[in-house]
Amino acid sequence: MRSIVRRLYDPMYRYWFRVEWEGLEKIPTDGGALLIANHAGAIPADAPAIMHGVETELGRPVYGLADYFFRTLPGVGTMWSRTGGVPAHPDNAYRILHDQKQLALVFPEGTKATSKTYSDRYRLRRFGRGGFVEIAMRAGVPIVPIAVVGAEESMPILFRMPKVAKALKLPYFPITVNSLLLGPVGYVTYFPTKFKLRVLDPITFDVEPGLERYSRSRVMDEAERIRAIMQDTLHDMLRERRSIWFG
Amino acid sequence: MGRRVLITGLDTFWGGRMAQALEAKPDVEMILGLGTKDPRVPLERTEFVRSDQKYSILSRIVRATQVDTIVHTFLETNSVAVPSRVLHEINVIGTLNLLAAAGARGASVRKVIVKSSTHVYGSAEQDPAWFREEDHRTGPVRTKLERSLLEVETLVRDFADDNPHLDVTVLRFANVLGTDIITPISHNLRRRLLPCIAGFDPLVQFVEEDDVVRALEFVTAHRVPGTYNVAGDGKLPWSEVASIGGAHLLPLPPVRPRLFAVPMERLGRIQFPPEMETLVKYGRGVDTSALRQAGFAYRYTSAGAVQSFARANNLRRATGTSDPEYRYEQDVEQFFRHSPAVVRGVDT
Repeated sequence: MRSIVRRLYDPMYRYWFRVEWEGLEKIPTDGGALLIANHAGAIPADAPAIMHGVETELGRPVYGLADYFFRTLPGVGTMWSRTGGVPAHPDNAYRILHDQKQLALVFPEGTKATSKTYSDRYRLRRFGRGGFVEIAMRAGVPIVPIAVVGAEESMPILFRMPKVAKALKLPYFPITVNSLLLGPVGYVTYFPTKFKLRVLDPITFDVEPGLERYSRSRVMDEAERIRAIMQDTLHDMLRERRSIWFG
Repeated sequence: MGRRVLITGLDTFWGGRMAQALEAKPDVEMILGLGTKDPRVPLERTEFVRSDQKYSILSRIVRATQVDTIVHTFLETNSVAVPSRVLHEINVIGTLNLLAAAGARGASVRKVIVKSSTHVYGSAEQDPAWFREEDHRTGPVRTKLERSLLEVETLVRDFADDNPHLDVTVLRFANVLGTDIITPISHNLRRRLLPCIAGFDPLVQFVEEDDVVRALEFVTAHRVPGTYNVAGDGKLPWSEVASIGGAHLLPLPPVRPRLFAVPMERLGRIQFPPEMETLVKYGRGVDTSALRQAGFAYRYTSAGAVQSFARANNLRRATGTSDPEYRYEQDVEQFFRHSPAVVRGVDT
């Protein structure tokens, strides 16, 4: 199933988004590492792009940590878990990073990033409660930030309909440009924007791994520092970008 | 002096199997079984006492027989088997009386072993992939079975706190499959129709029935106080359980599956107890490293347990025979065990 989905997705990765990596060598080829990235688009296209990219380019599986909400959706949850997704739970992340020494991918902003409207594009949201830093500290693995440009414009949100979301028990219900142009098909169709991904220097923490708790202030400081680095990088990449469609 | 063991629920599957296993151990001096009905397996030297499910006579028995170990297998973990009121009586009130007898002043009991279930963790979307013993469930308690098991565990925990001189072990077993046991899952597999929920294919864990008995034996023989998960290695998708077990999947709608399951249940086609509903949606996995570190070795993985069931089931289907039924004859048993006319030590 995984290989079938990979094969089906490959043309999307190669010819639709034309994903271009920068600094891929900074992702460790062995041992655990926590990849983090900025999140965007109503139904984010960045997660599969990163997972597929690292798998094909480096030959290492990446386990994407996603909101447990996906598990409640028929079909989607099963599909996600068969293609390398894992419900985001501190224990699950720790097992992947520490016990199995694999790569995990997490989006610290969570749904706050994917639900933001187009007017807020490339403005990083709050990095949760810094849980990702704590997990990396506990597992004793580096954090590798990845800045993604292009996902924001692939499915931009014009506005949200909170009442509809509530009725459907969804975290948010977006009205996207895609859906205005294409109707319901728009929720499964991305614009062919150019994806550029830049891997930043791995961040290691000089703390003792395996502790139950870490200093809250230290965790929050590190999370904020990483957020600032990623925000600067995004601005830097956007300065160099000349076209949404061609990069 | 050898160990003197009391087993509750001798008439149930686990009580009978456990008694048989202990009979083979020379260091177990005396085995006493309590049951509401006659034992269903042939037993060599186990003494059987009929009691009600609440064990009102238990403290007298404990005093009279000076047992040092109580193996509490009589916890109902299958809500199809008994009505919910009886479930509460058996699980909660039974355990309450059992613990009262074990903790009585001057009681000879040194060790209490309780056979619980991983149902206490429930199944919910926020669950970790693998529950450790100290983790709490994330979903609400919806079913009567789960509520009663949680209540039992609370009773046992309080009992362990109040009696620090006793070794109290709680074993939480995953769903059991094997050659003989009948659970809702094996019932469905035998009938070749396994209910699932459309769009969900969760990962589930099993433990083979022999490993269950071996784990109970292990904690009877060793000092391992505390709570331990018992389950085979790894998890497997629900759909694979159906295909290994030779059954078709019966997809139920994701919304209100009960509505469709109940008529099928009434027709006797499937068994779909309430605690199965969330299990077939989100699955469950438990971390078994604690018991392994204590020295227990499993014979079967999760998939191995399903295969063990499938092999036994193939044989049943091919030969068409049901398992030989054993009938307990009170007078005959009494004669063989206690009559001076019987010459003991001779192979009969």
